[in-house]
Amino acid sequence: MYKLDQIRAQFPMLNNKTMQGKPLVFLDNASTTFKPQCVIDAMNEYYSEYTSNSHRGDYDLCYKVDQKIEEVRKKVAKFVNCEENEVVFTSGDTDSLNLIAYSYGLDNFKKGDVILISQLEHASNALPWFRIAELTGAIIKFVDVIDGRITLKNVKKAFNDYKNIKLVSFAHVSNVLGYMIDAKAIAKICHENGAIFVLDGAQSVPHIKTDFKDLDADFITFSAHKMCGPTGIGALIGKNELLEKMSTFETGGGMNIKFTSKVEMIPLPAPNKFEAGTLNVAGIIGFGAAIDFIESIGLDNIHEHEVELSKYALSKLEKCDDIIIYNKNSNSGIITFNRKNVFAQDEATLLNSKGIAVRSGQHCAKMIDDVIDTIATVRASFYLYTSKEEVDIFIENLINGGDILDAYFFN
Amino acid sequence: MPISLTNEMMRSIIMDHSFNPTNKHLPKKEGYEKVHMHSDNCIDDLDIYFLVKDFKVVDACFEGVACTISLSSTDIMCDLLKGKSIIEALYIIEQYQKMMHEEPFDADVLDEAIVFINTSKQAARIRCATIGYNAAKIALEDKK
Repeated sequence: MYKLDQIRAQFPMLNNKTMQGKPLVFLDNASTTFKPQCVIDAMNEYYSEYTSNSHRGDYDLCYKVDQKIEEVRKKVAKFVNCEENEVVFTSGDTDSLNLIAYSYGLDNFKKGDVILISQLEHASNALPWFRIAELTGAIIKFVDVIDGRITLKNVKKAFNDYKNIKLVSFAHVSNVLGYMIDAKAIAKICHENGAIFVLDGAQSVPHIKTDFKDLDADFITFSAHKMCGPTGIGALIGKNELLEKMSTFETGGGMNIKFTSKVEMIPLPAPNKFEAGTLNVAGIIGFGAAIDFIESIGLDNIHEHEVELSKYALSKLEKCDDIIIYNKNSNSGIITFNRKNVFAQDEATLLNSKGIAVRSGQHCAKMIDDVIDTIATVRASFYLYTSKEEVDIFIENLINGGDILDAYFFN
Repeated sequence: MPISLTNEMMRSIIMDHSFNPTNKHLPKKEGYEKVHMHSDNCIDDLDIYFLVKDFKVVDACFEGVACTISLSSTDIMCDLLKGKSIIEALYIIEQYQKMMHEEPFDADVLDEAIVFINTSKQAARIRCATIGYNAAKIALEDKK
């Protein structure tokens, strides 16, 4: 039994908030998520009860912080089924992908090597590769996408078409269409062809059980803020043998064993060699609390709840003649649509005037207009605390429509 | 234009300029200055062209993709600035910006552009409603 009321009661942002004078209905969870009180409290406790730096002191407070950080590293490792020394704390998914691109890419790519991505990718899983291609002479190629999906057949075809694919990087779940790729099978194809496989887990890790060992991806990246955790913290999960071989990315305190006036530096072993500077301690502690919270509900239950809401919303929206749905068969909490002859931003503004938060535009996936036949869409995305009543308000406002200029003239 | 326009009239003016913009085309001759504008939070991606001669805005037009509010406000702005001196045009732009931010403004010079008086209700769209005016400011500021 999914105890939605009990879950919702834990979120201050779900407690009688309004927008445009209407009860707030937050359906932009693919962008970021609300934080439960336990996450906020965990961070406040660090700031008010045991603030100190990590790895830098001989006193008790510092020891406690070190312990907390390693506790969270264990939690993250257990959460995605990897080893503790395979968890690097980063500022989030974007930082994680940049780390791989710069650290792995600069050492391993040469002129003519191919980096394979797709036109569905978010800027964070495209632009770091663009930059590394520019720096190394590697070439970016795009896998063929059919009906918004990356198929195994087309991944195999890409390996046939391009002989030098050195690295493949795909989102596990598309942030626009919500479609999931068969990551395990793609990892196998990559490895059979001598390529590294990076899995951008920003939209999957918060919603479905991720098993790093079973999927056998070389890297998985994600952010805490999309799973009820704080902003500014996330993780890079990487196979330890790869992390050990990789050059450092950012350098500074906390990542080296020693450095000398001979201008030599010996980095710490992974993962610490990638964690230069003072860590986002409060963020890490909040991240740990978010994992505990998610696990107390269960990812299977969360995913089931989201899919049920999506199916419910789609069953109603399919009856609306003027709503175009771009991802009818998505098995996720993301619905991407447009109202016929209405520009996405105008629709989102109308919904804003009703207190409903949705995203419009290209959702940072600016190459997607090559794949779906429109330049901009409206995206509603659900999460573990979204209620059927909220979906009803959203649907009702879509069905009743109204003129887009109502947003400016009624209120 | 009197501020006593009814809501219905204002809405139809916005829609008319959005769906049938008369200034949405490329320049028909040489000599225009082009200002490219895009917004981070909307899909607006416009090239706005100004023909300036003898301290006067002789013509203005635009091309590109944008939301209803951007298209309509830019189209109305082109009508509004055509034939004005640079000083007059900059004054109009300033009054329009003031209206956007709910500050006291001189409504007499805004003509049809007054229909955007409610934009601040949807703060995220202020950037859309001002995209053309920001371009005009860039094009005209150094020519006064």
